[in-house]
Amino acid sequence: MTTTTLGTTTGTVLEASGVTMRFGGLTAVRDVSLTVGSGEIVGLIGPNGAGKTTFFNCLTGLYVPTEGAVSYKGTRLSRKPHLVTQAGIARTFQNIRLFANMTVLENVLVGRHTRTKEGLWSALLRGPGFKKAETTSEERAMELLEFTGLAHKRDHLARNLPYGEQRKLEIARALASEPGLLLLDEPTAGMNPQETRATQDLVFAIRDRGTAVLVIEHDMRFIFNLCDRVAVLVQGQKLVEGTPDIVQADERVIAAYLGTPVENGNGNGNGDSTAETAEEASKTNTAETAEAADEETGDTP
Amino acid sequence: MIAMTTTITKTTAPGAPAVLPLPERTARITTAAAALATALTTSLAWTWSNDFPGELTYYGSPAGLQILTLVGGILTLLLAAAGLGIRGLQWLTPGGRNAPVLLAALATFAATWFTLISIAVQLGGLVNLEPGGFLAGATSLITLVAALGLPADHTPDTPPAGAWQRFTTSLAASPVRSRTRELPGWAEILIIAAAFAAGLLAFTYGIDTDDGAPFVGFLVFMVITIPALNRAGLIKRLTELTHAHRGPALCAAFIAAASFPFTQDTDQYTIIGANILIFATVALGLNVVVGLAGLLDLGYVAFLGVGAYAAALVSGSAESALGIQFPFWAALLTGAAASLVFGVLIGAPTLRLRGDYLAIVTLGFGEIFRIAMLNLNGTTGPDVTNGAMGIPNIPNLEIFGFNFGEPHDILGIPVATYGNYYLLMILVTAFVVLVFRRAAASRIGRAWIAIREDETAAIAMGINSFRLRLMAFALGAALAGLAGTVHAHVVTTATPEQFQFAGPQPPNSAFLLAAVILGGMGTLSGPLVGAALLFLIPAKLDFLQDYQLLLFGIALVLLMRFRPEGLIADRRKQLEFHETGQLDVPDQQRLPDADATIGVTKAKA
Repeated sequence: MTTTTLGTTTGTVLEASGVTMRFGGLTAVRDVSLTVGSGEIVGLIGPNGAGKTTFFNCLTGLYVPTEGAVSYKGTRLSRKPHLVTQAGIARTFQNIRLFANMTVLENVLVGRHTRTKEGLWSALLRGPGFKKAETTSEERAMELLEFTGLAHKRDHLARNLPYGEQRKLEIARALASEPGLLLLDEPTAGMNPQETRATQDLVFAIRDRGTAVLVIEHDMRFIFNLCDRVAVLVQGQKLVEGTPDIVQADERVIAAYLGTPVENGNGNGNGDSTAETAEEASKTNTAETAEAADEETGDTP
Repeated sequence: MIAMTTTITKTTAPGAPAVLPLPERTARITTAAAALATALTTSLAWTWSNDFPGELTYYGSPAGLQILTLVGGILTLLLAAAGLGIRGLQWLTPGGRNAPVLLAALATFAATWFTLISIAVQLGGLVNLEPGGFLAGATSLITLVAALGLPADHTPDTPPAGAWQRFTTSLAASPVRSRTRELPGWAEILIIAAAFAAGLLAFTYGIDTDDGAPFVGFLVFMVITIPALNRAGLIKRLTELTHAHRGPALCAAFIAAASFPFTQDTDQYTIIGANILIFATVALGLNVVVGLAGLLDLGYVAFLGVGAYAAALVSGSAESALGIQFPFWAALLTGAAASLVFGVLIGAPTLRLRGDYLAIVTLGFGEIFRIAMLNLNGTTGPDVTNGAMGIPNIPNLEIFGFNFGEPHDILGIPVATYGNYYLLMILVTAFVVLVFRRAAASRIGRAWIAIREDETAAIAMGINSFRLRLMAFALGAALAGLAGTVHAHVVTTATPEQFQFAGPQPPNSAFLLAAVILGGMGTLSGPLVGAALLFLIPAKLDFLQDYQLLLFGIALVLLMRFRPEGLIADRRKQLEFHETGQLDVPDQQRLPDADATIGVTKAKA
């Protein structure tokens, strides 16, 4: 099984096909397909409320998608979020979610949970295996803290770190689960340009360690500098996908962000905010995404 | 007056205000001298009649409440002498210099005047006081007045407006200086041993005092003395030492606790000791559930009940439905296993809930247990528990021919029934302490804390939240069941009414939770201290009767208002509740550029 998996899908880490997520009558994500190859940095952009984070939650099992399938390295993913992490997908959160009252080192050690096995009995009996596992875990955690430049803060409480370092710690914690794919949800939100540049370098370094990265971001310069491929999500649907150059040049992307000129719409001047117009706009988008889908299938093999 | 304040200004930190404008050195010397005099008055008779509890009538032998005054006087003297710069006493005040003197003087004053007033009230008039009593009152008052003349340890940013503000400024805590020289390891361990011995003495004194006025005097004294030691920085220093020598410290604590029954002649107070240990052990088990995993369990006493009933059923009691007698080790395992199974059965459906919902469901299950035990009486259900009558006449334990019901000479000292149970419970408590420590400092313990901190993030880190919560629930239940087996033999009956949600007697769910929160959630010693206080105080203040719960409620509200992290604060909790007093301020922030270069070098590949 594993050999065939390796043989057929070499290079593909994540494959999401036709992911749809409905909350009651609201369709937050509609039929989105995306692949991430190994050693790739893929960006996911889109206006606020486009469904980027919902799509992330579908990938990590926090939400169970209404339709569609997600597979990691050729194996279909379980619907339990902790099993997704165990399989090899780690994530960070849009609004930082550290274990605020644990130390920096402890935070990273929690990240190693899926890669260690010591249970309650082992903890109570404290055999040699327990000590060995704890030492190894600590070594690995310190390695990651060195990597992210937080080693000197190992005994600080996470809540006391400055904002930028909290972001880094979240990344270190995610890396501790030795993921094959790292999902970053707006890693540079609220950062100054220097910090953003540092994060960019950090993401490159993560890629060089052999971890593929899928990143949501609003900072266009960051995303276009960083990513090998960018997908644009608008109103729950994938509008276009391609290299940064293609995406940047695409008029529909510009329209999605800045709005279409009035004469290109339906001539309905006062209807900008009504649901009808949004519905119509999404219909026109659906027509257009067919093209985008072609593009994508062209990319994957 | 202006001249006086200027002299103070010259001798200490500029502008440090005192409550009373006295010259600093005069104030200090007067405090020390008056404190010595106060200590000496305890060898005089304070009253002539033996109607007041405690033998306060003899010359030359301080007794009863006089001991508080004696200890307080000596403590004030030593602290004041340390402030005078006497060599060899400096170690007493690594923190503040003057705040502890003031607090110790206040404690001495309060204890002395409390004694005198209660003599006058109880025996009907000041005529019952001997000259020694008046002298003690006068000297302790002078000590306090002189101590009020000591300047505050540090100058506030804004000068205090009134006398009350000057008073609170004088009591403010100071940072503890780091140690100037390292002591050899054995000396540090000796200090730890001495501290635990002092703790045992204080506890023994407290538990041995007569109910009523003497115990209230003890409480008043301790409530002021402990902050005095804290302000002096001694408690922080001791904590540092116990952290440096964890093994010896635990050992010393164990020995100190185990030697309690040997200080007792009768079983009058060892039964309180044994019950405190049962209560504390269950509270520590609850701390796994509430403190570590963050699951609010309002029906925890049911697990104590399951253990107790399981032990009662296999105890060989004539009324037991099973009518079999297990050896103790088997009964212990039966109790723990029964609780474990019960914990898993309750946990499996309820732990899918979060927060408030879980609390409500556990509250319900706690009551279901009690009512089920009531109804398994042969008429409304199968006859298992004998209903409201419970299972009485549970025989005493017997381990290897050692009958717990009979007095034994251990190391030449007679130890009676409850002393035996106390010693057994010490072993059980030590075991639970070990389990708690080891579980907390492991992968599992970290996962529990992670779930408590942020469950979504914990799940995203690959933690199987449900499984780990169930594990915490089951472990907590098993530990309570363990304590329950001994509980059944100490109380000799198992009735449903012992295991209520709330009631005036301590082992109930509300008191257990209060012990954990009062003592300090997530800490090892917190629930032990909280449980000891919550058991001891109601047991000794029996004369208050109906007002007990009222006072308990008021005390709880005040404590949560002024010290929400509990008596023994977890470092984390302290930071959580007192944002301004950060102990762990991040050191100088690194420049983003420096970080960038690290990333760049790694990214160059």
